[in-house]
Amino acid sequence: MKQTARIISIHAADTSGVCSMLYELGGMVVVHDASGCNSTYSTHDEPRWYRQDSMIYISALTEADAVLGNDEKLIADVTAAAKDLSPRFIALCGAPVPLLAGTDFPAIAAEIESRTGIPSFGLHTSGMHSYLTGAAEALEAFVSHFCTDGLPRTDAPSANIIGATPLDFSVNGTVESIIGWLDKAGFGLVSCMAMGSSPDDIRRASAAHVNLVVSSCGIAAAELLRKRFGTPWVAGVPVGERFPSVLASALKTAAENGTCALPCANRNASAPGKRIVIPGETVFSGSLAAAIEAESGTPCRVLCPLEAEDRLLAPGDLRIFDEDAAAEAFAGASCVIADPMYAPVCPPDVPFFRLPHEAFSGRCFRKESMNLIDRPLPWRF
Amino acid sequence: MLKRLNGEDDMTGAEIAIRDADFPVPFVSGLEYNAPARGPWNIVHTGMLIPESHQVFACAQGCLRGVILTAAEMIAMDRMSWISVDQNDLFDGSLERNIVDGTAEIIRKLPKKPRALLLFISCVHLFAGCDFEAILNELRAMFPDIDFIDCYMNPTMRKSGLTPDQLMRRQLYAPFMPCPAEARTVNLIGNDRPTDESSELVQLIRAAGYELRDITLCRDYGEYMRMAKSALEITYLPTAKASGDALEKRLGRKHLYLPLSFDFDEIERNLNALAGALGIAAPDWTAAKKNAVRALEQAKKVIGNTPVEIDYTATPRPVGLAALLAEHGFRVTRVYTDAMIEEERPAFERLRELAPDLLLTATVHTKMRFAGKGVHEHGDVLAIGQKAAYFSGTKHFVNIVSGGGMYGFDGIARLAERMIEAASHEQDTETVIQYKGLGCRSCL
Repeated sequence: MKQTARIISIHAADTSGVCSMLYELGGMVVVHDASGCNSTYSTHDEPRWYRQDSMIYISALTEADAVLGNDEKLIADVTAAAKDLSPRFIALCGAPVPLLAGTDFPAIAAEIESRTGIPSFGLHTSGMHSYLTGAAEALEAFVSHFCTDGLPRTDAPSANIIGATPLDFSVNGTVESIIGWLDKAGFGLVSCMAMGSSPDDIRRASAAHVNLVVSSCGIAAAELLRKRFGTPWVAGVPVGERFPSVLASALKTAAENGTCALPCANRNASAPGKRIVIPGETVFSGSLAAAIEAESGTPCRVLCPLEAEDRLLAPGDLRIFDEDAAAEAFAGASCVIADPMYAPVCPPDVPFFRLPHEAFSGRCFRKESMNLIDRPLPWRF
Repeated sequence: MLKRLNGEDDMTGAEIAIRDADFPVPFVSGLEYNAPARGPWNIVHTGMLIPESHQVFACAQGCLRGVILTAAEMIAMDRMSWISVDQNDLFDGSLERNIVDGTAEIIRKLPKKPRALLLFISCVHLFAGCDFEAILNELRAMFPDIDFIDCYMNPTMRKSGLTPDQLMRRQLYAPFMPCPAEARTVNLIGNDRPTDESSELVQLIRAAGYELRDITLCRDYGEYMRMAKSALEITYLPTAKASGDALEKRLGRKHLYLPLSFDFDEIERNLNALAGALGIAAPDWTAAKKNAVRALEQAKKVIGNTPVEIDYTATPRPVGLAALLAEHGFRVTRVYTDAMIEEERPAFERLRELAPDLLLTATVHTKMRFAGKGVHEHGDVLAIGQKAAYFSGTKHFVNIVSGGGMYGFDGIARLAERMIEAASHEQDTETVIQYKGLGCRSCL
């Protein structure tokens, strides 16, 4: 049944996506909610929480303030905190109760900006969508505010990485490996949005020749940069041994002719027969599918349980909306590569390979998380 | 970090000397920070205490995420299911139908029918006027052999009545219906861990020939339901008091609230009240008191002048504990608490006299984001509680939540022993305090 699950997990929500994407950028992020969103985010969705400080806060919304529409409390509290902490920017987003109350975050952000002089933006989260929508809107807003100057391209080929958060890539060295691979492929790094780069690095994003989108949450920001500066983007993650060279070629071509490309979706999963099934975020899962097909010839199919544009899916990939659909797809698979929290709905006679995805299982399997960048895949089919 | 950001190292608003502090709320409310100390139990942990039960949460994705992963980390996903609420459900009249159909489907898919099903709704359901009673009635008609318990994850309403934690502890006993009481039986209500057998409270009950029943000791649903027949309800945690009151009203049983205290006179009054309710003469507590004092003196010898910091997650009465320790010569320098319960007022006044420079420090204030891990140089600290350990940056801490099952004069002696142990051994604070639900299993 749609929206129902007996035993599997649920993906991180849009509010966590906002916080995760903006974590390292020096701003103050305020989730307008009673308490749970921040506790969930900081416990399960944010591996940097203990060791790396960031101004992520909850508004501690109460019933009375929600019912009476007391937005002034939020505005005054954010303004007071901003005066104490001097953030580079302020981002506001909301959970389900503000959605019901019709809270106007862009208007509140405008009021806060006028009181503090600090760039502020309101986002349209509700706690009812996945982390991808929140992360996408947050990064797009940041880029819109701060990547305004059209800088000359760097002399040597260069790229931004767009869409990197621990929710998709954990903190196991994967992002550093992508940066290393880019360098090997002949592209210097301008910025990585948004892990490991400073806000000033990201401000210089327009100097890059091409953008590498590593998660579907990066598409909106990449599109904005394309429209604003003409920078093409390529969607894919350099997993495995052979797919990285495909991706590198796509980057070079895009940098030369300015056209965008989606090597992660350049597959065909529509032919009949059993396939390896990979549920997850489409850019990563599509890249992994392409990598497996390139290396072993074994056909794959991506299952998409999250929001994703059609162009990120290959023919034959499936959107799934509930636990039953996942179970049905697993039952017809030659094997499954998925987060361990999908295992209970995988039939016992279908081989199941564990690939933890923090956006699904949080920190439960962080010790097992894998770095698959530019190296042999750990499975044999 | 504060210094790095704005050139100041100013904790104004986030901490205050007790001599200058208002009671019960010393700090102005505002945006809140969440410190990475995960030991205190949440409603999922508490609900799991009902043996052979299953939990179904009907909430928005963001709210579901936390409860589901709580269950996952405690290796209990086989007892947790969910129904997500999306935007359309709030406006198209399908809110109730989705919960009924979803819950029914979940039950049919379970390998074994649960004896009880805890069905949680959330803030948005209450705001949207969800008819929870109709949902429960329909499900009870469909599955008459399952006890459906209405549960609430409604933190937005935390200041409008009972908090979600109090509500959960109350609903934990909701299936108990009026029935004849069994003589010489007593319930300990609302705790999430067993009370020490060595405590005077348990010893008194045993000595009086009463059977002690406690949900934390129940091995199956039958044992749990036998608690409904107990003749006396006892609570000692403030968050459990509403549970005892509800049972007293519904079952017509006597409820004794014997608050966990660090004040010798109050402890004696509590224990004497219990003895009276059990129908036995109150023992002479002189030896127990001496034992507690001896243990404190022993701890003081080991801990010496090392600063002691206490937080509100360790005990519901951190101020009372601070006063006790200060009275026995400990150098208590800081209590982490965002507000105090009314029960703490006498200890607050006493502590003001004993240690006027002691700092009360908020845990949720925005500035506390940059005060963790001892960045403000607390020196060598003995902490009681996980948040005190985190903020002070110490590796020496007593790892307890909600009193840790220690009670009475014996509880004080046991706590003193734990303080000696903490002073003598280092712990990996970062790892230890991030396990969720102290005492639960963990997959981490």
